[in-house]
Amino acid sequence: MIQFLIHDSQDTVGVATVDIKAGEGAQGLYMDSQEKMEVSALQDIPLGHKIALADHKVDDGVIKYGHDIGRVVAPIKKGEHVHIHNLKTRRW
Amino acid sequence: MSNLGTVWGYRRENGRVGIRNHVVILPLDDLSNSACEKVAYSVKGCKAIPHAYGRLQFGKDLELFFRTLIGTGANPNVAAVVVIGIEPEWTNTIVEGIAETGKPVVGFSIERYGDFKTVEMASRKAYEFMQWASEQRREEADLKEIWVSTKCGESDTTSGLASNPTVGNVFDRLVAAGATCSFGETSEITGGEEVCKQRAATVEAGEEFMRIFNAYQAMIERYKTDDLSGSQPTKGNIRGGLTTIEEKALGNLQKIGKTCRYVGCLDKAESPKGPGLWFMDTSSAAAEAVTLWAAAGFVAHLFPTGQGNIVGNPIEPVIKLSANPLTVKTMAEHIDYDCSAILKGEMTLDESGEGLLEILKRTCNGRLTATELLGHEEFVLTKLYESA
Repeated sequence: MIQFLIHDSQDTVGVATVDIKAGEGAQGLYMDSQEKMEVSALQDIPLGHKIALADHKVDDGVIKYGHDIGRVVAPIKKGEHVHIHNLKTRRW
Repeated sequence: MSNLGTVWGYRRENGRVGIRNHVVILPLDDLSNSACEKVAYSVKGCKAIPHAYGRLQFGKDLELFFRTLIGTGANPNVAAVVVIGIEPEWTNTIVEGIAETGKPVVGFSIERYGDFKTVEMASRKAYEFMQWASEQRREEADLKEIWVSTKCGESDTTSGLASNPTVGNVFDRLVAAGATCSFGETSEITGGEEVCKQRAATVEAGEEFMRIFNAYQAMIERYKTDDLSGSQPTKGNIRGGLTTIEEKALGNLQKIGKTCRYVGCLDKAESPKGPGLWFMDTSSAAAEAVTLWAAAGFVAHLFPTGQGNIVGNPIEPVIKLSANPLTVKTMAEHIDYDCSAILKGEMTLDESGEGLLEILKRTCNGRLTATELLGHEEFVLTKLYESA
């Protein structure tokens, strides 16, 4: 069963379509190519929230919809929850 | 003939194709709502569209008001119009504007007659128009002749994931086939304005978009009472998993698909000058925005919703789609198209676009939408500033 979706082949995050539990090998689907991928979830990822598909350093961009959606403010490991604690807008 | 197939619509005197056949009783001003509603009660099938304005407006605000009322009457979903106003001069402005389409239109003013006499005269005309309209026949038309607008509302993460990209998939197909489409919501593009600028077909169109966007930012700056950084994304957005304003804006922009590019920008309620995708400078408030598109001549609206926005319009059918399984279940009577299967990986975006296109065609052919069946006829005029 699919647990997260990825909009674009360049994206560095996927979006959980169910609640993902830490430790699970979460199944993802690329919406453009329909290819599947698996990521080991390091943290719980609630429905609608983002899971990292790659490691991110501070000041990296997070890519979603094929575009930069903000600046990384705390290191993120592949499989971790990406949200307001480690990602900030570049606007304000 | 485009590859989209054909639908059955009403070809109007000016060549445009409508998908509904309304006889509208249109008040010039707030004072004339009562007479219009009495006419609509006397003659079955015609429709009064009451609203709150039309007195002592001036300048750009008055121009927008006239453009919206004339555009509403001129919309190809409308067969004929009876205009009622308190005084003859502005009433005639509306009548003459609508008459340019060639459709039957007549105006009545209440001064020197009173409500009773005006309602009687207007009812006799509405009766005549309604009987005439009832004999208009649908004819086959290319789907690309159907002007389609879009905006989303009560969005959540399912909107950016599935329902907005479904509309985007349909817009890519429509625009590629030569249709006329429009998106807007100037405020909701905040954070994605550079991406939106890049989606213009020409440098000029992109620069025009930025000019409109910057004017909006300046307006917010003038009137804001606190820093928007604390409210965009909203607390609800954040709870749902949206982190940044960029992410929210890009989710919204999924409605214009991947390949189609806008050929130009439109002022509020302004009609496109040719086929293609057009950006319209609109509020993001649902009823105001849909009213502006209807007045610009759009005849069908695609409205993706997450949590369940229930807005409709008196003359432009609003097609609701949602990918939120809870919304589709708990608010079933408001939803025309369920694309929640995308979230389970059980339906591709192409398949979902195909399904929505099918619902669009059936709506064009006469299938009533959820909003039409429920009587959601929100007609809300955009006011630029206070009246004199």
